[in-house]
Amino acid sequence: MKASVVSMKNVLKKFGDQVVLDDFDFEIQPGKIVGLIGPSGSGKSTVIHILLGMESAQAGEAFVFGQSMPDRKLLSRIGYMAQTDALYERLTGRENLQFFAEMKGVDPALVSEQIEHVSAVVELVDELDKKTSGYSGGMKRRLSLAISLLGNGDLLILDEPTVGVDPALRQSIWRELHRLRDQGKTILVTTHVMDEAELVDDVAMLIAGKLREYGQPDQLKKKYHESTIENIFLKVESQNETNVSHI
Amino acid sequence: MRRTLAISKRVTLELLRDKRTLMLMFLAPILILILMKLVFSANTSVDVKVATVNVSDGLVQQIDKMKGVKAVKFDSKKSAENSLKNQQVDGIIQSKKTDFYVTYANTDPSKTAATKAALNSSIMVNNVTELKRTLSKIQSQLPMQASSSTTQHVKPKIHNDYVYGNSKTNFFDKMLPILMGFFVFFFVFLISGMALLNERTSGTLGRLLATPVRRSEIVFGYMLSYGFLAIFQTLLIVLFTVYGLGVEVVGNIFNIVIVNVILAFVALAFGILMSTFAKSEFQMMQFIPIIVIPQIFFSGIIPLDTMAHWVQVIAYILPLKYSGEATTAIVMNGENLWSVMSPILVLILFLIVLTALNIRGLRRYRKV
Repeated sequence: MKASVVSMKNVLKKFGDQVVLDDFDFEIQPGKIVGLIGPSGSGKSTVIHILLGMESAQAGEAFVFGQSMPDRKLLSRIGYMAQTDALYERLTGRENLQFFAEMKGVDPALVSEQIEHVSAVVELVDELDKKTSGYSGGMKRRLSLAISLLGNGDLLILDEPTVGVDPALRQSIWRELHRLRDQGKTILVTTHVMDEAELVDDVAMLIAGKLREYGQPDQLKKKYHESTIENIFLKVESQNETNVSHI
Repeated sequence: MRRTLAISKRVTLELLRDKRTLMLMFLAPILILILMKLVFSANTSVDVKVATVNVSDGLVQQIDKMKGVKAVKFDSKKSAENSLKNQQVDGIIQSKKTDFYVTYANTDPSKTAATKAALNSSIMVNNVTELKRTLSKIQSQLPMQASSSTTQHVKPKIHNDYVYGNSKTNFFDKMLPILMGFFVFFFVFLISGMALLNERTSGTLGRLLATPVRRSEIVFGYMLSYGFLAIFQTLLIVLFTVYGLGVEVVGNIFNIVIVNVILAFVALAFGILMSTFAKSEFQMMQFIPIIVIPQIFFSGIIPLDTMAHWVQVIAYILPLKYSGEATTAIVMNGENLWSVMSPILVLILFLIVLTALNIRGLRRYRKV
């Protein structure tokens, strides 16, 4: 078995008195697309923030590429796309890409080549010299994805990449994610669109700060005798609620 | 270094694309300076009309001779009071026996002061005239040789010489060195604070911190671009006041620029720090009356040594006091940078502390 790209062990994260992650264990094998699903407020974003070193856990450990997070230098190997588009709206698409390429520490000689590449991937080549304030919602989303691809990181962390995206674009984003996976990248995607969870290699169900179920979609379907991830999720969630009420 | 430059390039580019904010930074100070110049060089003489009741003719004439004061005789206190009520006169002077009773409208303190002054000096002049008359009466009864030395009284002529400016120098000139710093502080504080707030709320700060950028590189990148902005703003303000408004700058203009750039760095660091306590742009605006406005009062526009001691203490924690001190010395006394080193050093101390706090403060958004 290859070493995990992401490894979180017994992670405890509290904001004040509110426990967000409780004894949370999570491993991601290289070359996989993992879908992290859970109701809003379940701690999906907190998982991502801990992996990026934006938050640190009160207990337990988080490793990325075998190194303990937070670690600033490691961030050059991680591509990150947040829930919000997070673009500089007064700059053009190209200037945004240029800026983040420099922040990522991309070799100056390779910057323009990479910009060409990532913008071709998200089909924005013709729009690169327009200001992003004039972009449509879908175009902003695509540019945001392109930025996360800069630096050719081995791990992509995408927080709800398909929110507010029309079906055609959603399909093309997923096609691209599969292609990246086939190139050997490891991808962590959060979503609350259940049919997207069918497209991942492994689905992780995060409910009330704990990892309740983790496995290939097909295996989970067999285990729960259900035909969709959505039904499985609802089952797991209701089990969790009854467990809680028994306590 | 590469990242610092890239951040400053990006911040500058964003600023240059925001034409309105740019106009605000460069044209608003000019507009305000023009207005202030007009307001403060306006004719400051007052016109006062005083009612006199039962006052001797000599004194009434004497009051009337005073500059800007007109005395009108009234027959009774009652009719004078009526005029006062209808705002036809600004005061009533009533003589009873040897004393004077004065009623002021007091709606304009400068008129009240003018009336008081006019009455006092008129009484004095009157007394002097009386005295002279008595003296000359005595003289005429004295032997001739004794009188020769006292009869000659030549009124001395006063020759004025100004170390700074000329006879037209007024309060505006005193305020100008401080205002220059204030404009730099105000705009840099507000715009940089808003910019960083915007980075936070739009999520770009999060995305930035998800790259291997150092926290210090972000702060230094901002400093670099706002430093340049402050240089241009200061140059524009200084050149405009010197050549457009004709204000005299005794010292070296570049020394002023240096002081103002350091002040801009302080304002930037202050703005970034305060932006972390604001949730929205409106909340950022709320810092103006708390942090920006009080600095004007303690910046030296009103002499600090006239204030109560505990109030003076407040001034020592306000950066504008130090920049005001340094620029005033450069503009009015032509001091060089060495002689204004102590306020500059205090500003640099402010800068180091605030910058360290900012770099530290970004830890809230990334733990490393």
